Amino acid sequence: MTGERKTILDVRDLQIVLPTGGDRAYALSDFNLSVGAGEIVCLVGESGSGKSLAANAVMRLLPEPHVRVSRGTISLDGQDLLSLPESSMRAIRGDRMAMIFQEPMTALNPQKSVGWQIDEVLKLHTRLSRAERKARTLEILGDVHIPDPASTYNAYPHQISGGQRQRVMIAMALVLKPQLIIADEPTTALDVTTQKQILKLIKDLQQARGTGILFITHDFGVVAEIADRIAVLRLGEMVEQGPASQILLNPQHPYTRKLIAAVPALTPPPAKPVSNEPVVLEAKALRKTFAARGGFLSGKRDPVTAVKDLSFQLRRGETLGVVGESGSGKTTVSRIVTRLLESDSGEVRIDGRDLLSASRSELRALRKDIQMVFQDPMASLNPRRRVVELIAQGPIVQGVARDVAHARARELLSLVELPPAAAERYPHEFSGGQRQRIGIARALAMEPRVIVADEPVSALDVSVQAQVLKLLADLRDRLHLSLLFVTHDLRVAAQLCDKVIVMSKGEIVEAGPTASVFADPQHPYTRSLLDSIPGRDWEPPVRDVA
Amino acid sequence: MSLPVPPLLAYAARRVVQAIPIIILIMIGSFLLIKLAPGDTVDALVGDMGGADPAFVARLRAEYGLDQSVMVQLWRYMLKLAQFDFGWSYVYEQPVITVLTSRIGNTMLLMVSSLAVAFTFGVALGAIAARRAYSWTDNMISTLGLVFYAMPSFFLSLLLILIFSVKLGWLPVGGIRTIGAFKTGWADVADVARHLVMPTAALSLIYLAFYMRLMRTSVLEVMDLDFVRTARAKGAGGARLMFHHVMRNALLPVVTLLGLQFSTVLGGSVIVETIFSLPGIGQLAYTSVVKRDLNTLMGIIAISSVIVVIVNVVTDLVYAWLDPRIELK
Repeated sequence: MTGERKTILDVRDLQIVLPTGGDRAYALSDFNLSVGAGEIVCLVGESGSGKSLAANAVMRLLPEPHVRVSRGTISLDGQDLLSLPESSMRAIRGDRMAMIFQEPMTALNPQKSVGWQIDEVLKLHTRLSRAERKARTLEILGDVHIPDPASTYNAYPHQISGGQRQRVMIAMALVLKPQLIIADEPTTALDVTTQKQILKLIKDLQQARGTGILFITHDFGVVAEIADRIAVLRLGEMVEQGPASQILLNPQHPYTRKLIAAVPALTPPPAKPVSNEPVVLEAKALRKTFAARGGFLSGKRDPVTAVKDLSFQLRRGETLGVVGESGSGKTTVSRIVTRLLESDSGEVRIDGRDLLSASRSELRALRKDIQMVFQDPMASLNPRRRVVELIAQGPIVQGVARDVAHARARELLSLVELPPAAAERYPHEFSGGQRQRIGIARALAMEPRVIVADEPVSALDVSVQAQVLKLLADLRDRLHLSLLFVTHDLRVAAQLCDKVIVMSKGEIVEAGPTASVFADPQHPYTRSLLDSIPGRDWEPPVRDVA
Repeated sequence: MSLPVPPLLAYAARRVVQAIPIIILIMIGSFLLIKLAPGDTVDALVGDMGGADPAFVARLRAEYGLDQSVMVQLWRYMLKLAQFDFGWSYVYEQPVITVLTSRIGNTMLLMVSSLAVAFTFGVALGAIAARRAYSWTDNMISTLGLVFYAMPSFFLSLLLILIFSVKLGWLPVGGIRTIGAFKTGWADVADVARHLVMPTAALSLIYLAFYMRLMRTSVLEVMDLDFVRTARAKGAGGARLMFHHVMRNALLPVVTLLGLQFSTVLGGSVIVETIFSLPGIGQLAYTSVVKRDLNTLMGIIAISSVIVVIVNVVTDLVYAWLDPRIELK
């Protein structure tokens, strides 16, 4: 960046100690970073890189004394922060520097109204009267484009949407016009279209006010969207730092290259010729309404239609992506076709056999052919059982002999590229990516024809994500599997899916081969989804490194 | 619905209506349970008299309606209850309702003061312990809590009597007022308060330990939540952080427990009232069981279940007030 910017935040030689017995001694070491006025610096790293600890160290919100700064200086506009007493730090927090957090639902106090929570910042740092404070709060709510500031002022966090909650968080951070804002993954929990609006809002307000922003993220798409400067962090060490254009287009360090290469390309695979393979999974006119609850002498709740009139076909060896934002009904679809949830009407056929009207014993046989891979591998594996038992459990229930099932489980581990020793360990001993491999092995143990994967990679780091996706694609081709792939991430869908259906409010708005849907979206909703993909204009320079 | 009924009122009214079948079931169940126990009012009366000839006993049974089958007795009782008639107490020779109203005040006083003491000190101590978790203060508070919790209330009552009445002579041994003093106005209030100190302490310490432990865990949990970090990032700290952000959220599980435990406090008052000879419902329940005074006992059960239902509704209202995410429907 050209021109002499005033330096707002200057971090030198920072070192943060972790409690003894952790995986490393220092969360961060030799960490140097500066943020100028009106500059957005992105701190990028995978989970465990220490990026959030860096942010908390600047705010002096580390969980001391277990985790503390052992060396280095942090100065805000020339003032040394580390030597200040806690009372002076309190005066600075929220006034001269503020923070925006990842999950706006949990980051706001559920018991206080939105207005109260913004008002609290003013109450703590100014001597304004009650009426002046209220006027300021309403003004800042307007500035962050909250539709109806006066009624939002009295609303509680659970009464407004996720995007609006994040706007409230931003309003809270900006109300006193701080010099520095630290944004810790502020858009990770949001839908793409909302994410786009929030990123634009942050950028607009920052330009209007000349605020310096330290933006922490793991998503290179988001980085490409807003960064002026980028710093890449790996396991507590800064591997590369420089202007956005340089890092994005000409990364030097191998780790940066690897990270960028792992970002799924937006170019979908070439359309396969029309498949003549048999249809293995067919859904016809599915409909699911979550019934109105209550009745006599108790409260009533309106019925919610999660899926209306949904039909699709999945052929052998094919991958069908179900994409949509939260609340579009895509997860409901995945649960109906596995009959984890009963559909109101419609039919699901696996290899021509009806799943929805199957009796209990028929269903057990049918379940063998359709297996699921879940989103959170930690939550979906029983923590008290060994990996080999987790994998072999399904076949054993289906009547396979115990030792045969165990032998097969060990084979599957090598198929999902895990060492044989993994069989005797427990789920918590693995990383997120490895756990998802176990989840996949567990699904494969049943030798299914169809795998339904509900957001299988959204809890994983990008580099791990790429590996798991590659594994899924490999296995699909080798074992002639069909995949029903539910995701909110269009980049992931583009990489893996032959066909996609785009869902909005329980309905399919568009369906077709991935390549043609992405190249020439017909429905306005699909278009807005594609337009909202962060960093869509950025063409990553390196591919095929990973 | 065109009639504008305040949702809070509508909710409370509906809850009370919903409770009526529950209370009826409790009454029927208790009636049958009491009938299952051997012996009846006549046995107890005759026992007190030192025996009587069988013809007299039979006449007495017929007079009290005890010669009918259990189902007929139940039907008669429920019919009277439907007209809010609790019947006649053959032990006190008064209508049951008179017996109850003269004593319910004392019990309520004891219960409310015990729970208020337990709740206030429990919450405060728990919050302090959590604030200084794993420190010397925390250890001391937690150990003290364990001691209170482990001590049975009858033992604690006797210990208190021994120390404060017998040895030190500071507090009266029992009763609700000094007999024969006939104090009025504030002097009377002070007299009652003096009599209530030890019963309240004996009844509240166990619950105090409960609330303290729960509050400590709850505060520790809330302090780790994201919105507390947000509040600190805003520059809030100290008492403000503790009261506005931590404690109010941490109170939710404690309030739940408070509502649930109200009924156990009623049970605990039987022991404490008997030991301190407080003329309350608990003591009355004890003597009614001994004397097989069925009508009085049923009256006590009816009143207790009504109290518990009301307390549960109030708990829900308080809960909804504390947590705006809960909608009363």
